Amino acid sequence: MNKLTAALLCGASLTGPALADEIWVTNEKDDTVSVIDTDTLEVVRSYPTGERPRGIIFSKDYSRVYICASDSDAVQVMDPETGEILHDLPSGEDPEQFVLHPDDRHLYIANEDDAITTVVDTQTRKVVAQIDVGVEPEGMAVSPDGKIAITTSETTNMAHWIDTESHTLFANTLVDSRPRHAEFAKDGTELWVSSEIGGTITVFDVTTQQELHKITFDVKGVHPDRVQPVGFEFTEGDRLAFVALGPSNHVAVVNAQTYEVEDYILVGRRVWHMAFNADRSLLFTTNGVSGDVTVIDVAKREARKSIKVGRFPWGAAFRPTP
Amino acid sequence: MRNRFFNSWLATVLGMLLAAGAQAETVMKIGYLKVDTPRPPVLSNLDPVPEDLGLAGARTGLEDNATTGRFLGQTYTLIEDRVPEGGDAIAAAKAMLAQTPFVLLDAPGRTQLAIADLKEAQGALLFNASSGETALRSENCRANLLHSLPSDAMRTDALAQVLMQKRWTDLVLIAGTHPEDLAYVEALRRSLTKFGLKLSDEKTWAFDADMRRNAAQEVPLFTQDFGDYDALIVADELGDFGRYILYNTWQARPVVGSEGLSAVAWSPVMEQWGAAQLQSRFTKAAGRAMMPRDYAAWAAVRTLGEAVTRLDSSDPASLRGYILSETFELAGFKGRPMTYRSWNGQLRQPIAVVHPRAMVAQAPLEGFLHRVNELDTLGLDEPESKCEAFE
Repeated sequence: MNKLTAALLCGASLTGPALADEIWVTNEKDDTVSVIDTDTLEVVRSYPTGERPRGIIFSKDYSRVYICASDSDAVQVMDPETGEILHDLPSGEDPEQFVLHPDDRHLYIANEDDAITTVVDTQTRKVVAQIDVGVEPEGMAVSPDGKIAITTSETTNMAHWIDTESHTLFANTLVDSRPRHAEFAKDGTELWVSSEIGGTITVFDVTTQQELHKITFDVKGVHPDRVQPVGFEFTEGDRLAFVALGPSNHVAVVNAQTYEVEDYILVGRRVWHMAFNADRSLLFTTNGVSGDVTVIDVAKREARKSIKVGRFPWGAAFRPTP
Repeated sequence: MRNRFFNSWLATVLGMLLAAGAQAETVMKIGYLKVDTPRPPVLSNLDPVPEDLGLAGARTGLEDNATTGRFLGQTYTLIEDRVPEGGDAIAAAKAMLAQTPFVLLDAPGRTQLAIADLKEAQGALLFNASSGETALRSENCRANLLHSLPSDAMRTDALAQVLMQKRWTDLVLIAGTHPEDLAYVEALRRSLTKFGLKLSDEKTWAFDADMRRNAAQEVPLFTQDFGDYDALIVADELGDFGRYILYNTWQARPVVGSEGLSAVAWSPVMEQWGAAQLQSRFTKAAGRAMMPRDYAAWAAVRTLGEAVTRLDSSDPASLRGYILSETFELAGFKGRPMTYRSWNGQLRQPIAVVHPRAMVAQAPLEGFLHRVNELDTLGLDEPESKCEAFE
């Protein structure tokens, strides 16, 4: 966003309703979402949710926000304009993370306590399928063409490859201990999976499901055991990956072409998940233990500000100006 | 640290196996041998010892393994046997070893040694999931006996680190008379020396009164001549009198040790690092909260599962080698990878320091440094252990 627009938006926000882009953050131990204005970098609103909100995702047109209320055993559908809970979706027990299929209609939900991935139709509000996966499913991803869904299971230590047509597993690939997050990259040719306890990211070739590369991290002055990759996001064109390293309190900058780690950025305590603003010039990371969100200047690769949110911020999602 | 080459080699091999659809059927039988021992009476029966203590943890671990095994063509079964008081533990162990070389032992230390020394146990892989005796990790160690339960020394070191950090350096002790209490005291003395803490005074609890009626009168007098101190340590590993010490001391001082602020392998108050998921899985299956021995049994079964997953083998010697190697790591819901000490087969693990309602700290605490692994500030480090059975 250029400076003029930013200035205009700031001016506008003084008189009228908020018009800036937003980052929505779930607060796991406050049962709320905090809404951050990406221009002023302040929390502008917060809304109550069900119990233990974790995963958060917007519908394609941003008219709905889906929230995993883990301890309420539901996915809640909220109107982001008003914060009103419109209805709950059946989600299976203890939904933790989820992903919206490119069809904008089906949610793929990891049921952490049940070793199941649940597929829910957001229109009919019915469960379409339940797929047995490993123990403690968590990371979820769908390929850009919508044909493959991925669930990672934390205790089984696998990425489970789901055929979204038949809702069956067609491959199970081992990764290092406690996989937490998965993302497709480079037009769906690569799958990246982070392993929290293993301390690595495994990169798979999607066509063959074979391991292409394993990325390791080394934060100066931090014991390797505490370098625990969790959430990650890619910059424009999948050039760089920003990787949250949990209790090491750092975010790594990985060159996604060479798989080399280029930088480490100090952020808040126990950094977890993250979301970019519209032009991906700013990155917002949730820091569970310190209860704040760090704003990273992507070009400068440094933290710009930390914003206090609720207790144990977990998920983050971007919402453009309505 | 982690052996990348081995990992990628492993992934390749497993990948080929899976791609080819040539899933080798690996069948893992894991034994759980529980040897009942007489339990001395305690003053209060508020907290009965669960019948399935330990065993319930093994069952949860087996479920976890089985779910993973489904995707790899590996199956797991648990063979359970229980020897009543006065029964023949050795005969039961022989019968179990005839069925599987992988056995969890829930038995007193000396019984475990007798089993480990059996001809039938040579080449087997046994797990001590019940005894904290430090000697089993030192002069009495056996090459075929690994330890998933932390040693007493690990727990007292964890407690000592917290006492240090809080500067509660002037301490007094009340100890029971059971062998478990004496073992705890011995471990405690070692820890206090190791961390430079002072034990100013100590007393033995030898009352036979029922404290539910008169703790308020007995304990203040009993603790009056301790004078001033920072914290009172209770060595009461069976949960006999310790609960009546709290809030009844002459001086208003914190109570730590077996009661009050305790260092434990596991506790129902642990919820971080995904622990909440293991707790709820366990509670759903067992109908009660997970206790330290349940956790130790869970960790032993998961150790075998993790090794079988990565090696795709059920050969005890290969599994033992892998488990003791630097490549092995177990995610144990305590925030760090857990590995085994190559010098005595002890599972390295963080130790929670808790009170009944919350976790206070997790050892190793920040600032307690070690040249290799901070987890080795807890328990017998390589130079301290007199174990020679491990290369």
